[in-house]
Amino acid sequence: MKKLINDPENVVKEELQGIELAHPDLVKVFYDPDYIVRADAPVQGKVGLVSGGGSGHEPMHGGFVGKGMLDAACPGAVFTSPTPDQMLEATKAVDGGAGVLHIVKNYTGDVMNFEMAADLAREEGIEVESVLVDDDVAVEDSTWTAGRRGVGLTVLMEKIVGAAAEEGRSLKECADLARKVNAQGRSMGMALTSCVVPHVGKPSFDLPEDEMEIGIGIHGEPGRHRIKIEPADKITEMLIKPVVEDLPFKEGDEVLLFVNSMGGTPLIELYIVYRKAVELLEAKGIKVVRNLIGPFITSLEMAGASITLLKMDEDLKKLWDAPVKTAGMRWGI
Amino acid sequence: MAITKDDVLSWIRDYAQVIEENFEMLTDLDREIGDADHGANMRRGFKAVLEKLPSVEDKDIGAILKSVGMTLLSKVGGAAGPLYSTFFMKAGTTIGAKSEMAIDDWAKALEASTAGIAALGKAQPNDKTMLDALYPAVDALNTAIGNGSSNGEALQKSADAAHEGMLATIPLVARKGRASYLGERSAGHQDPGATSSYLLIKSAAETWADS
Repeated sequence: MKKLINDPENVVKEELQGIELAHPDLVKVFYDPDYIVRADAPVQGKVGLVSGGGSGHEPMHGGFVGKGMLDAACPGAVFTSPTPDQMLEATKAVDGGAGVLHIVKNYTGDVMNFEMAADLAREEGIEVESVLVDDDVAVEDSTWTAGRRGVGLTVLMEKIVGAAAEEGRSLKECADLARKVNAQGRSMGMALTSCVVPHVGKPSFDLPEDEMEIGIGIHGEPGRHRIKIEPADKITEMLIKPVVEDLPFKEGDEVLLFVNSMGGTPLIELYIVYRKAVELLEAKGIKVVRNLIGPFITSLEMAGASITLLKMDEDLKKLWDAPVKTAGMRWGI
Repeated sequence: MAITKDDVLSWIRDYAQVIEENFEMLTDLDREIGDADHGANMRRGFKAVLEKLPSVEDKDIGAILKSVGMTLLSKVGGAAGPLYSTFFMKAGTTIGAKSEMAIDDWAKALEASTAGIAALGKAQPNDKTMLDALYPAVDALNTAIGNGSSNGEALQKSADAAHEGMLATIPLVARKGRASYLGERSAGHQDPGATSSYLLIKSAAETWADS
């Protein structure tokens, strides 16, 4: 399998070195343990926002560090949760006296490592709150699983809560807002191809040319169903329907529609999906008032897309529109 | 007969070697129902353990095992990091400052480690996890000790039970960890965590066969 890498063991370290060289105005990068913090951290009196997770989802999370979004990100190995020592150092580095919020995607490893880090940080006198993201409707029976995965909604939460922290809201207000976003957002994804983890060197699952996976996560894990490939409009329907029905989103709701590339799917195809998604939502009387289209939470080179819907209100719209200056998302500045 | 500090060090070194030899197998098992990182994570962790070992090899068994646990916590990541870290930390705490241990000490340590993993992972038997190899290993070890088996026999029975437990994960539907996202599709695959756990118990049985 062809990849633009050197030694697979050094993929994350060399990526971090690139980020450090590319964005000295936005971030500082630390190694062993690895973490990225915004250039002006810690910001005194502001709640610090820390997230993290396995690498391979770029631009999430490192690309979202900067003014108006995250204060720190902890990159693990590809598709592997980072470790508590990284999270602890990142938490200490961004604590400006107003406490630190951990945004944790709901995966067994991430939850365990962040829990340990939060305990260690509290022992050092830092006020820490944690919020879980678990927006993936593809995971059906949550009492018999590790629970729903955190996927596309993570990006929207980091932007919205980042704006709230920048505005000076308290740790409790930021945590409550994050929980509200989690309660009002849902996602579903699909894959046209698998992806290749660098140190594995072969596809994470084998997918014939004429088939697709519905209900995938962001780690190259197979989805819940494998079916014959369909046209984009049909696939969009398969993603929108379970997302809308799950919350449920209702007539009169205002939403943010996020059409995300899993890494390999180009914008031309995302816009085709977006067009159909808007049509389907309008037919149900759901109004798309904001959008995000592009590769923001990826699964290496996987071809495929995910759709996230977030129910909006005036506060969320204002926070979404607030200035943000990161490597992966930038407006209003 | 007893299991000495040097036996414990040999076990850890042997297991690091076993992980290296089984890297591809663990990766492939995890590729099928997880995210293909179990082999690489365990390899990275035990490579770091081997580098750290010389600095603690003069210490007692408890301190050595706790050091292994701390190293795994900062090097492995994922769920396996905290879980295997807990295994070694709990074992170290249970055994304490001894330079040799009886088979009973090991049985108590294995039981405490398994309980620690169950508590952290909030998992039950038959959830298709590490515990499906570890619980049977604990039970078989206690039974063999109760029956007056030799240390070598008791350890071998423990490893055999772990092996059976590992194989018994194949038809199970995963209810914890990343494989649980697959629902019914996780059935028909052997659990990678149960596999690395079996290898750990097997390595102890082989390394300590003559203890």
